[in-house]
Formats: sequence, structure tokens, C-alpha cells
Amino acid sequence: MALNGTLRPGLVQLRVLDFDKTLNFYKNILGLNEVCRIGEDRICLKGFDEFDHHSLTLRLADEAGLDFVAFKVASADELEKMKLAVEAFGYPVDTVAEGDQPGFGKRYGFTISTGHRFEIYSEVALAQKGPGIKNPDIWNEPPRGMRAQRMDHFLLYGPNIAEAERFCKEVFGMFVPEVCNTPDGNRLAAWITSSNKPHDLAFVEYPKPGKIHHLGFYLQDWADVGNAADWIALNRLKLDIGPTRHAITRGLSIYFWEPSGNRIEVYAGGYTAYPDNPQRVWDSSELGRGLFYYSGEVIPSFLEIVT
Amino acid sequence: MGENTYRINVLNTGAQFLCRQDEYVLEAMKKSGCGPIHYGCFGGGCGICKMKVISGSYRVDKKMSRAHISPEEETDGFVLTCCIKPTGNLTISQI
Repeated sequence: MALNGTLRPGLVQLRVLDFDKTLNFYKNILGLNEVCRIGEDRICLKGFDEFDHHSLTLRLADEAGLDFVAFKVASADELEKMKLAVEAFGYPVDTVAEGDQPGFGKRYGFTISTGHRFEIYSEVALAQKGPGIKNPDIWNEPPRGMRAQRMDHFLLYGPNIAEAERFCKEVFGMFVPEVCNTPDGNRLAAWITSSNKPHDLAFVEYPKPGKIHHLGFYLQDWADVGNAADWIALNRLKLDIGPTRHAITRGLSIYFWEPSGNRIEVYAGGYTAYPDNPQRVWDSSELGRGLFYYSGEVIPSFLEIVT
Repeated sequence: MGENTYRINVLNTGAQFLCRQDEYVLEAMKKSGCGPIHYGCFGGGCGICKMKVISGSYRVDKKMSRAHISPEEETDGFVLTCCIKPTGNLTISQI
């Protein structure tokens, strides 16, 4: 449930190195549905339990990584107000015309301090094949593979996350349920939400701009995290860590790399966040326990590898 | 050593391992346990397995992200070891 004018992260455009193994992963292993194609180089997908037109666009490119993340806001009026607020914050705004992505109305785009392109939009068509709404069943077609229900969140790496956090609070109206600080009191990481989810997005301080650590998709429960692990093993995907439990967000989780090298998390659970609850604060010395509650230890690949 | 298997030498460490012609160098390095082993995605995207081929022949069997290997670097023998297969004995180096 959104608690303010920013509803949720609703669209991510990711760069991939091929449309062969990588597309097979997203469709048949992760379990997303292909919605449409844009020219020769973009393919749009969605989770079976998502209502909007699509939530993930894969763009064929020479390097892996993130093109942009886009947030859906509550109304056209809210969109115009937010555009002005972005400009007042100090970020120049450009316009992406309606129809750039099938189903989506006009989008406004800008680059934040971490080097990531953010976009906002209010209009998006409902998907032709969305969840039922009249005496609905739980799904229309049996979910495939890992049975990912929907896109959930992303972790972004870049410089000056303190400013990015301030932007999310002041312009997007989000709140910050959980943070991690270095011994000298600087922000190392922040988990930020516009809803009751423990995070819609998160940041980690990192010298290189515009990097993505992972894109997270939502699963039903712990049993589905185990099912995802089976699919990873069966398809010889490269596991990073898990199945495990986060103390931060309380999520049940597993991380691995898709065939183009972007890290994916599939995730279930997590606490219910409210903006009036006290903020949870982690010391960086305790980050191992925060990230991987069972082992209490961070593995180097998890902190160091991004695309 | 079969005729389709090649010897890979790692310059910095003196490590040696065998790699079939249909096997990625990083996979063989990992299997041999005699590193240097830096691995992440095994998909050519994350760049953590970047090394330089000093001598020997190989083929690039999978797209290497341009974020990590520029066209000039590719010409100079820089590779992501998760994307190359040997076509002869190789000497590679950490960077």
C-alpha cells in the first residue's frame, strides 16, 4: 500500500548481452511473461500478479547494467507537481514522450546524485493478461519456474547516497525504515520505501556512478525461495548467496546472476514498514549479521560485484 | 592430456591447469582450484574475472561487456575468462 503520492517502482529497463539465454531465464526460469517487443532491441515483460502493462524492459546492449528505474505516481496532477519539485531540488528534467514504451504515458526523467536515471509517470495501461478482479482465482495460468509474482525493489550503488536519500524523502515523500552507518557516522547504506514494504529501493555508497547491485522480485514464501534454489541448480546459474535470511528488512532471500551478469534476488516476507515507526540503525561492523543473519558474515563477491 | 585439452599457465602465480577446448577458461580454473580465482556472474557482465592473455590462441565464445573490455583492450588480449575457450596452450596474467 502506498502511503503518499509515489506509488511504487513500476518499471525498470535493464541492459542485457543477448536475447537467447537471458530471455529464456526471465521467461522460463524466473517466470515472467513476455508482453511486447519494441523494435529489434527491447523486450517488455511482467510478473503474473502485476496489473500494469509491463514492469521490466530488457534492452540488448554491449554491456550489462541499468538504463533507468521509473516510479509510478498517483495522478497526472501529482506528476506535474513532482516534476516541479524535482527541478526545485536542483535536477534538470527531460520528457520521454508517450508511447516510447507501449502502454505508458508521458514520463519525466532526471539523474540523481548517485548517477542513476530516475523517471516518474502516472499513466500506464492495464495489462491484457493481468490478475483476475471479479471473483478472482489466484492465477490464470500456472506460474512457471521460480514463480516470481512481481518486481519488488532494487539496490543501487553510487556516490553521495546521503543526497539520494534526502531526494527520496523530500521529493518522493518516501521514508527510510533502516540505515547502516560507518564508524565516523557517514551513511554506508539506506533502505527506502514509499509503501509498507521494507524497501522499494536501497542505496550503498560506492565511488562509481550508476551501478546496480541487484533487481529483486517477490515470491510467495520460504518454500518458493527453496524452489528458486532448485531452479538455479538445475539450470547451472551462478549462485551468489542463499537461501538465507536478512536481518535488515527480515526478507527470505537468494541471490544469483542471470546469464548477462546482472544480479537477481528473489525474495519473500519482510516486515511491515510504517513511517511513524522508529528507524532501525546498523553499525557497519555489524553489517554481516544484518545482511546474512544465519552466517553473520559478508562474502566479498556480494559487496564488490555490480553491473 | 588429450588432443583437445590445453595447458593454461598463470604468469603471476606459476599456477597451471588444464582446459578443454569446449570449456571456458574460468570454469577450468575454478575446477582446478589453483586460481587466481575471481569469479562472479560467469555471464560476461560483471567483469570480475578480467585477465590478460600474454600468449597463445583462444576464441571469444560469449559477449564480453564493453563496460569492462573496450575494443582496444580486446585487441590487446584483455579478456573476461568466463567468455573465452582455448584453441591452444595459453599464458594468462592477473591485471
